[in-house]
Amino acid sequence: MFYREAGDFKVSYPEDSQTFPIKFDRYRYYLVLAVAYLVIPFFINDYWANAVFVPFLIYATAAIGLNILTGYCGQVSLGTGAFMAVGAYAVYKLMTAFPEVSMLIHVPLAGLVTAGVVTIFGLPSLRIKGFYLAVATLAAQFFLVWLFNKVPWFYNYSASGQISSPERSVFGIIVTGPNTEAWAKYMICLIFVTLAALIARNLTRGSIGRKWMAIRDMDIAAEIIGVNPMMAKLTAFAVSGFFIGIAGALFFSVYLGAAEVGESFGIDKSFLVLFMVIIGGLGSIFGSFAGAAFMVLLPVFLKNVFVGMLGWPTDLAAHLQFIVSGGLIIVFLILEPHGLAQLWRVAKEKLRLWPFPH
Amino acid sequence: MKLTTLAVAAVMAASPVMADLVFPSLSYRTGPYAANGIPFADGYEDYFTLLNERDGGIGGVPAKVIECETGYNTEKGVECYEATKGEGALIYQPLSTGITYQLIPKVTADGIPLHTMGYGRTSAKNGEIFSNVFNYPANYWDGASHAVNHIMSQGDISGKKIALVYHNSAYGKEPIRTLEELSKKHGFELMLVPVDHPGQEQKSQWLQIRQQKPDNVIMYGWGVMNQVAIQEAANIRYPMENFIGIWWSGSENDVLPAGDRANGYKALTFHNLGDDYPLYADLRKYVVDAGKAAGAGDQLGTALYNRGMYAAMLAAEAAKTAQELSGEKNLTPAMMRDGMEALEMTEAKMAEIGLPGFGPEFKVSCQNHGGNGLGAVAQWDAAAKKWSLITGYEGSDQDVIQPLIDEDSAAFAAEAGIEAGCK
Repeated sequence: MFYREAGDFKVSYPEDSQTFPIKFDRYRYYLVLAVAYLVIPFFINDYWANAVFVPFLIYATAAIGLNILTGYCGQVSLGTGAFMAVGAYAVYKLMTAFPEVSMLIHVPLAGLVTAGVVTIFGLPSLRIKGFYLAVATLAAQFFLVWLFNKVPWFYNYSASGQISSPERSVFGIIVTGPNTEAWAKYMICLIFVTLAALIARNLTRGSIGRKWMAIRDMDIAAEIIGVNPMMAKLTAFAVSGFFIGIAGALFFSVYLGAAEVGESFGIDKSFLVLFMVIIGGLGSIFGSFAGAAFMVLLPVFLKNVFVGMLGWPTDLAAHLQFIVSGGLIIVFLILEPHGLAQLWRVAKEKLRLWPFPH
Repeated sequence: MKLTTLAVAAVMAASPVMADLVFPSLSYRTGPYAANGIPFADGYEDYFTLLNERDGGIGGVPAKVIECETGYNTEKGVECYEATKGEGALIYQPLSTGITYQLIPKVTADGIPLHTMGYGRTSAKNGEIFSNVFNYPANYWDGASHAVNHIMSQGDISGKKIALVYHNSAYGKEPIRTLEELSKKHGFELMLVPVDHPGQEQKSQWLQIRQQKPDNVIMYGWGVMNQVAIQEAANIRYPMENFIGIWWSGSENDVLPAGDRANGYKALTFHNLGDDYPLYADLRKYVVDAGKAAGAGDQLGTALYNRGMYAAMLAAEAAKTAQELSGEKNLTPAMMRDGMEALEMTEAKMAEIGLPGFGPEFKVSCQNHGGNGLGAVAQWDAAAKKWSLITGYEGSDQDVIQPLIDEDSAAFAAEAGIEAGCK
């Protein structure tokens, strides 16, 4: 009833091949965008920005990046944390070297730097796959963290090895540093995540994305039908690195404000983003958002319920939160191995037939 | 979105009755640093409970401790800060150098004071630049100097090899510059041995120490890293009396796992140890026996419990000073900041509180947010399971430290665009 093609006539090819061909879906998408751009910025406060929306949007960007590599192209990566660190250190060096340049330029530049680095670390994927590739990216994780700790040039020779983001602006609006308004933080992350999702969605619908998926599904068959595996894999690494770099740059400059590579971009970050992708759904842009929301919002929500509402001791709440989150992850993976995106797909199918399923 | 609406409800439900003096406790009772985080958090909370139960608060206004679990994680630390700052938080003590670095710009923008007692960014001692950050009574660089002074007091240091085993983070890296300067000045050789978070595996580091045989080892460790390091040192039979930890590597929980083999291990401290103080009688009477103790209530008298209590005591004294200065009973963070800047700890004051001789005397001023950096050396007696001071409170080498503080704080001021000066 709500969600069906009937009566929704397409009279041109662009209409037929648009991202959301079904009217209900399209309006829902416009509604989400309108709420995100026109409603939330007026109501957001520091807590909501810093504890909920900004991390959610940034992790969603990172998850889109990893989803392109792992979900669409089938290359497992455990180096996401370190790749985010590349973005963070790149933006830090850029911000401090060219203070007058807008963040809207620095952040994509940091993404490009990361794309280059990730492509280099993607080279082994031409020879090895599966678990072996995972181990190779794991090496990247440890190598990069070690590098950022070891070479003082990366952190501008500060005594503690910390990088802190100075105050920088976009069109005169401060977006980094402590004096940033909540809405400005939120908006810059929202703009980047929207662009990332749009680009990723359209890439994956086009010929590049089809090549990636062909490689993922069976690399030998893909090669036989004329997909160049080197180009397909390396473009996946590059595009993935670009988004992860943007996420890392925003994570450091807008969200944290000060970072230290071992703590902020360690192996646990790699796993966190990988879990987001798996729980959200491999090979789905919506899944990247759903997974990021699940992994970022659930702990905050549980904490607020246990400590804020029920008044339990903080240590009990923290332990219980691990148990509940872990349990939910297992439940989700057993009930729906294809992630939250698949749940959403099933729900849409149900809606399509409702109220007469037969 | 449903999640978020529920979370809104949760936040609203948690908002407090105003007109209390709010002291958020960004604690960690879980994770690899819990062994050290728990006693500190217990001491911090128990002291405020005592003030409420015995005196009805500070100057008649009840103190309220809002606990928030950070797990020593900077992201959760930021979340805790944002969650508690709207509730009228007067002072933050995050007990984490990483979180401190996050909060320095934020508290300065929000006008809330930050007290990083014996940790954090050392150059925050320069109050002309770090207006809202305080690190009295001592800091990391003082600690490095104390350790070197102690080694010097035991014999000629020139030509010796000294290893620094440190947590490979902002915390552990802090003393390197100072130690490098000191090694130039006194002619010893410095060997750097980093240990990555969380530090559960240190075989290779201690193998390196075994091979290179440094004459002394200084440790800047925290959490599980301390216990592992002391055990590994015992395993390679490193002489414990040559092994000296910073004050964060000197709690009972760090040495007990190594048993008798930890005997003779040394650690610095900037306050006194044990529970032989009149205040403890009150703590037992009003807090523990009344069943109001924080946590399990079994940490009384341990080194880190004392430190948490000391931190709470300094915060409460600063609040009293602020009440006297402003003439108001209900404080704002700005008044609290002024109170901290005017804080003076004297022996008479500490005796009145019930902690005679507990900490050094010091006076905070706008130029000096770091106290006078006195510290002492404690040694572990494994048979008695007790720390005891083996030196008095001694000063650190300010000739080396002060120029470094000036240099680092000037660099921060340039980076952040701050004009130096007193408010």
